[in-house]
Amino acid sequence: MTMRPTLAVWKFASCDGCQLGILDLEDELLALVGAVQVASFTEMTSAVIDGPYDVSLVEGSITTPDDADRILAVREASGLLVTIGACATAGGIQALRNYADVGEYTSTVYAHPEYISTLAESSPISSYVKVDFELRGCPINRYQIVEVVTALLAGRRPVIPGYSVCEECKMAGNLCVLVAHGTPCLGPVTRAGCGALCPAVNRGCYGCFGPADTTNTASLARRLTGLGTSERGISRLFRTFNSAATEFSKESLEHDA
Amino acid sequence: MTPSAQGTNRAIDVHGLARVEGEGSLHVAVRDGVLERVELEIFEPPRFFEAFLVGRGHEEPPDITARICGICPVAYQMSACAAIEDACGVEVPAEVGKLRRLLYCGEWIQSHALHIYLLHAPDFFGCRDAVELAGLNPAAVERGLRIKKVGNHLMEAVGGRAIHPVNVRIGGFYRAPSREEIAAFIEPLKKAREESLETISFVAGFDFPDIEADYRFVALSHPDYYAIEAGRIVSSDGIDATPMEFAAISVEEHVQRSSALHARLRGRDPYLTGPLARYALNQAKLPQTARDAAAEAGLGPVCRNPFKSVIVRAVELYFACDEALRLAEEYEPFEPAAVPVPPAARAGAGATEAPRGMLLQRYELAADGTIKSARIMPPTSQNQLSIESDVRQVVEAGLDLSDAELTARCELAVRNHDPCISCAAHFLDVSIDRS
Repeated sequence: MTMRPTLAVWKFASCDGCQLGILDLEDELLALVGAVQVASFTEMTSAVIDGPYDVSLVEGSITTPDDADRILAVREASGLLVTIGACATAGGIQALRNYADVGEYTSTVYAHPEYISTLAESSPISSYVKVDFELRGCPINRYQIVEVVTALLAGRRPVIPGYSVCEECKMAGNLCVLVAHGTPCLGPVTRAGCGALCPAVNRGCYGCFGPADTTNTASLARRLTGLGTSERGISRLFRTFNSAATEFSKESLEHDA
Repeated sequence: MTPSAQGTNRAIDVHGLARVEGEGSLHVAVRDGVLERVELEIFEPPRFFEAFLVGRGHEEPPDITARICGICPVAYQMSACAAIEDACGVEVPAEVGKLRRLLYCGEWIQSHALHIYLLHAPDFFGCRDAVELAGLNPAAVERGLRIKKVGNHLMEAVGGRAIHPVNVRIGGFYRAPSREEIAAFIEPLKKAREESLETISFVAGFDFPDIEADYRFVALSHPDYYAIEAGRIVSSDGIDATPMEFAAISVEEHVQRSSALHARLRGRDPYLTGPLARYALNQAKLPQTARDAAAEAGLGPVCRNPFKSVIVRAVELYFACDEALRLAEEYEPFEPAAVPVPPAARAGAGATEAPRGMLLQRYELAADGTIKSARIMPPTSQNQLSIESDVRQVVEAGLDLSDAELTARCELAVRNHDPCISCAAHFLDVSIDRS
């Protein structure tokens, strides 16, 4: 029997939605977990095999001192480390704390802030360790997991688009909601991968896949102003699930009244 | 551990309770043969949703709160919509309510099928996961995946995406699906409904520990149907409250071991939400076929055995397929897909039934819709004290078991309630200290 590569799935601060994407591969799940040896995946199995692991999928952002240590151990035990989702690649929605005073946040939510151990910022995994490949999205597109695992098994680089949502929106045959309806849309600066879901329901893209490889956020912001979007509105649009991604962070600060 | 460890003082440490959503740990201490302490510790990193919602716009909570939980995003979206609409004094048209209920049925189907087949059933076969279970009983696991897939696809058709749907907004939807898009689910839902009946027989044959708990049940209840997306909050001891009133009588405590707040009702004992509570309080509202299937599976009008929650979940799975089928058959597209929700300087609350229990949100808005305060009560923080109480009972009844057996049973006692620890704040370590 040939040795199957070992796969581990790790969770940091997140909603579990990206790893749930793996369990949502109803048609591929049994084939996928047959092609690799699942060595650690707490949401799916009680079985744990000690490292090292050929591939680690990491979900979630780093928000606590303990997690800042734990990611070093995960990196140490992993051959390839792939981050999955907006939290792991761009800090996630919880990176909104990066624009506020985390001490105030703690006392807003908790009666005993002294029991809570947390870092001032929510940071992507790449802020702490070397990352070999990043999958974007809040949540990821589950078929991109299949592509990543398939590519790794075949020893090639995964084919994941870096162009904008506009391209896949055109391919999907959607009407442009920005041009036709004047709906604020982040499609021109957002990475493809979702399948242009929001324009398909007459909604502007809200940027959940984070910035595309090349972006001109300032130009889009001018267009949004022309459509009547307020400064605060523009700042909020760029400041959601990928607010710690450099391009989005920068543009949100430009409009932060 | 060796049997000699089973003295009158016992200490067991298990790290990594699997097949729950999120990160936490369970500590059990037994001294002189007497159970001293059970603590469910949640150390999921705090994410501060209630804090960063402040200052955002009133149209944003459905998208933002969905990100609390990847398993029940629709529950967050629906409670958020209900709360904001309550604050703004807007009632959505009946067709919006029905489409929301159809989307919610999709989430119940995918979440219940996930929990029954992939997370819970492996325990009853001594398997570590569904892959191992698929080795023993491939037909069952494949059936579970087929049912789950129908739920996910339904969420994609109505919500645009299964995890963090994009089509939900306050006041309704961005786009109402076409009749054809929904009609395409009629046959798959018929098949899923049939397979969920098989699910009920499958789980009814499991071997259940003989334990009953004296729960105080809390659930949404609706005069016309088995409540999911709307209703009043009722309890087995006489509470009958609007979400706003319920928010006023519930208090959340912050204890050192947990980044989730513990909810209780002022002056009362802990309570339980979720399938057992819904079934006990609303069983009469289930369609006759669901009640017949429940009776055939050996359920009375109330089920107090937490291990049998898997049967109740299967009955609800059947119900969700049946209800989704009815809604799909009656579905007519509508325009506009959403009604306006002009902001008002008021507070409002909304509660809906997430697959794992009642989820309440309360917001206070400024006149321009800016959120002034936010409160989110996820099901697991409401259930945490009842889960601890279950584990206490399991340990007291199982002191003669080996450490390995007792640990497994404690983990199962936690998993019985399908806890969503990412929601409650989140990975479970189990430690049993008998020294």
